[in-house]
Parts: sequence; C-alpha cells; structure tokens
Amino acid sequence: MTTIVVTGIGATSPLGGNVRDSWEALLRKESGIRSLTEDWVQTHELPVTFAGRVKVPAVDVLERIEIKRLDPSAQLAVIAAREAWKDAGEPGDDKERILVDFATGIGGLNTLLDAWDVMKEKGARRVLPMTIPMLMPNAAAAAISMDLSTRGGARTCVSACASGTESIANAVDHLRQGIADVVICGGTESVVHPLPIAAFAAMHALSTRNDEPARASRPYDVNRDGFVLGEGAAVLILETKEHAEARGAKIYAEIAGGAVTSDAHHITAPDPEGNGAARAVLDALANAGLTPDDVNHINAHATSTPVGDIAEYTALHKVFGDRIKEIPVSATKSATGHLLGGTGALEAVFTVLAAHEKIAPPTLNLDDQDDKIPLDVVVEPRALPDNVVAISNSFGFGGHNAVVVIKSV
Amino acid sequence: MAHSKDEVLAGLAALVNDETGVPAENVVFGKSFADDLDIDSISMMTIVVNAEEEFGVKIPDDKVSELVTVDDAVNFIVSAQA
Repeated sequence: MTTIVVTGIGATSPLGGNVRDSWEALLRKESGIRSLTEDWVQTHELPVTFAGRVKVPAVDVLERIEIKRLDPSAQLAVIAAREAWKDAGEPGDDKERILVDFATGIGGLNTLLDAWDVMKEKGARRVLPMTIPMLMPNAAAAAISMDLSTRGGARTCVSACASGTESIANAVDHLRQGIADVVICGGTESVVHPLPIAAFAAMHALSTRNDEPARASRPYDVNRDGFVLGEGAAVLILETKEHAEARGAKIYAEIAGGAVTSDAHHITAPDPEGNGAARAVLDALANAGLTPDDVNHINAHATSTPVGDIAEYTALHKVFGDRIKEIPVSATKSATGHLLGGTGALEAVFTVLAAHEKIAPPTLNLDDQDDKIPLDVVVEPRALPDNVVAISNSFGFGGHNAVVVIKSV
Repeated sequence: MAHSKDEVLAGLAALVNDETGVPAENVVFGKSFADDLDIDSISMMTIVVNAEEEFGVKIPDDKVSELVTVDDAVNFIVSAQA
C-alpha cells in the first residue's frame, strides 16, 4: 500500500495566525473564545454573545484587493494554504499533478448575506458582480488553486462539520489512485455572523455561557451546554512518501488511512448507538492496515454538546471496548471552538503535531467529568510514546462521519 | 449637486484604485481601462455599480461597453448628472 505523508501544514485559528502560534497557545492552555464586540450582537439581541474569531484578522495579512475579492472563508483558506505550501518547500514542478481537495461546511455566507442586505436597502443595481464567485462553496478551493497555480483539479468537499476530515480522507484516496503527486487538503469556515448564530441558537446547539466565554467550550464536563462557534482554516500538504523522499522533504507524519460513513439516522442528531461513527473508525483503521489495538491517541470530535459527546463515547467504546479508558483523548475544541468545515483540518494539524512531537494537547475546562463518559481525557500536555497511532474524528449534520488515522514516522 | 469634470475624474480614480489596486494617479484622461489599466470586465462592472452610487447617475448596461477610456466614463457621468 502506498504510504502517504504530511510535508506541510498551515493554519489560522482562534489561537493564532499560524500553526506554531496556534499549537503553542493550545499547549499553554489558552482559550481562543472571546465576547463579540460587534454592534450586531446587541442590535439583534442575540442569545449567544461570544465566539472564536481568528486571532489574526485576514485584513492584517492579505492585500486589500484580496480582501475585496474573496469571502472571509476563502481569505482564511488562502492564508493557511500559503503557510502550508511554504512549509512544504513548494513541492512539485508539475503543477498539473498537484490537486486541491478542500472543505467548507457552509461557504461564502458573509458575502451572500451582505449582498442581500445591499439589495434590500439599495436595489438590484447595487449588487456587485463579484457576488456569485465570492459566495460559491467552491470559492476557497478555487482561490487556493489560483493562488498557487495548481492545475490538477480543485475539488470541494462539503459534509458539514465532517468536511475537513473528509477532505483529508479524499486526499489519501487521490494519492493512492495515482491521480496526483501532491494534494493540498484541509478546510475553512468563517460564519461568525448574526444569522448562523441565531440559527444554531434556535436549535439549542450553542453554549449560552455568555458571562464566561473562555469557559464555555467544555467537552465531557457535566455542565457542558453546547458548542462554541469558531472560525479559521487549516491546510495539509500530502504526498506519497516516495515523492516526498525523492525531493528530500521533511516529513511530519503519515496519514495512514481514512474513511467516511453515513448514519442514515437523523438530519442533526447523532445515532445514539454510535454505529456509523464506530464503523468510520474501524474502516479508517482497516484502510490504514491497523487495528484498534494499535491506537494510542485520539483527537475527538467532542463539540461540548450534551448529546454529541456521549454518542461519540458510545462509538469509541464500541470500537475499543474497555481499553478506551487507557487511550489519551484530547478535545481541542475546548480551546478553539468549533470551526465547522474547518474543524477536522485544524484538529488533524494538531494531531500531526502530536504525532511529530509525541505530545497530546490538553483539553480545557474539564472541571467535573461526566461519569457517563469515562475517558482518559488529557487535561495537561502529556507525553505520547514514540510510535504514535492516532485517530482524528469528525461528525456532521446529515449523519456524516469521517475519521483519519495519523501515524508518527 | 453636480460634480465637475475634475471631481468626477478624481472620484472615478479612487473607485478604480479601491477595486483593482491600480494607483489613482494612473487613472488619467487618454487611458483605456482594458488596454492601459488592465481592468477586466468584472472589475469594470463593479466600478460601474460603485460609480452609479458615488455620482448619483444611472449607467445603462448597454452603455458600459462604450466606456472604453477614462474620457468616455468621465464625460458620460458628467453629462448624466445634468
């Protein structure tokens, strides 16, 4: 089986404007969640007044023209892709053999809603011609492809909060099929806007801990009350080990395998039996030529919702049995919030670094662990063994389950 | 209030700069939007939408293709204000 390796990583997140800053802030147990200061929070009397905005705004990084031409979700994607591309040493001379497979959960929502506001206020003639190319969900993949002049296809993966992880699983498939030498994968999201906040709040999905934003995302804690909306993007450069070694690239870790399943149970609720999620873990491990016994670290989906955290535990118990109590689990959304379509990619970057640096990142805010979820939750950075085999899980509305297996080299 | 020709030129140059990054001082009489300033059609449409708002005029869609040079645009806007 062809070995797939990670040779470059990039991210812009609520914890930092690049991978290194985000990772170090995570290890220092910082939170990226803050009260929102925009006027619209009060204007619309939003029930939730905080979120995880990117630590370094895109306007501080990109050219003004890039800001004007790209939806915020694509802006963040380009920032992360440039970092990853540079980190990988700008691999591959044959741009037709470099493929983009990139994720978003929602797409150019800010552009869409801003344009609608303009149209309602000023009429159809004031709607700008760039509106459609900025709002289309493939805009981020297209922006990366255009920015890096890659011509091996620019695909978009959309499966709600599983999107980012699914994109990485897709990338492994593309490389094993031999249709590309290098794949730029990952995901982005930027929908910190009153409408999605109101909509997520309407379904009681969000934490309402308005007086303690940094303490709101608390996976596995008995007092968890919902997820915290985050924004950001993360990118991984994957290539075959052969291709990476031929050009003398540094290798962070292997993406040993990946898998995607669907619940066919409910549009938003996870299968309480965790069957689809368990199958995704087992399929990903089989795809990697590994077994549950090999796994020694988990970056869980763990959004901090009362129901979701238990459903994931049920699935993990199904796969690992009582050994699950011995596997260190990190729930990094406790620090970053939930980046929706970008979340799996950011967590994969963290897990790649966990495998590379042999350290499991901490979970914040676990004051009183839910006794129905008896996991070994990592609350302080913890050393991992030399041969790390980790899984990173993501699950999305629609019953999407995606898992990737990350292995140290 | 009607804008003078120089005011329209200055305002248009600012809109061009804002949309495309072309320096405002390059937007002068005698220049062609496409050939000299390298402005593509979608940017031109954006500039037109913004110019309508800035100068309080209507630039019909069938007129836009006739606005080849800076002179064409400034003259059209000045006359449309009248």
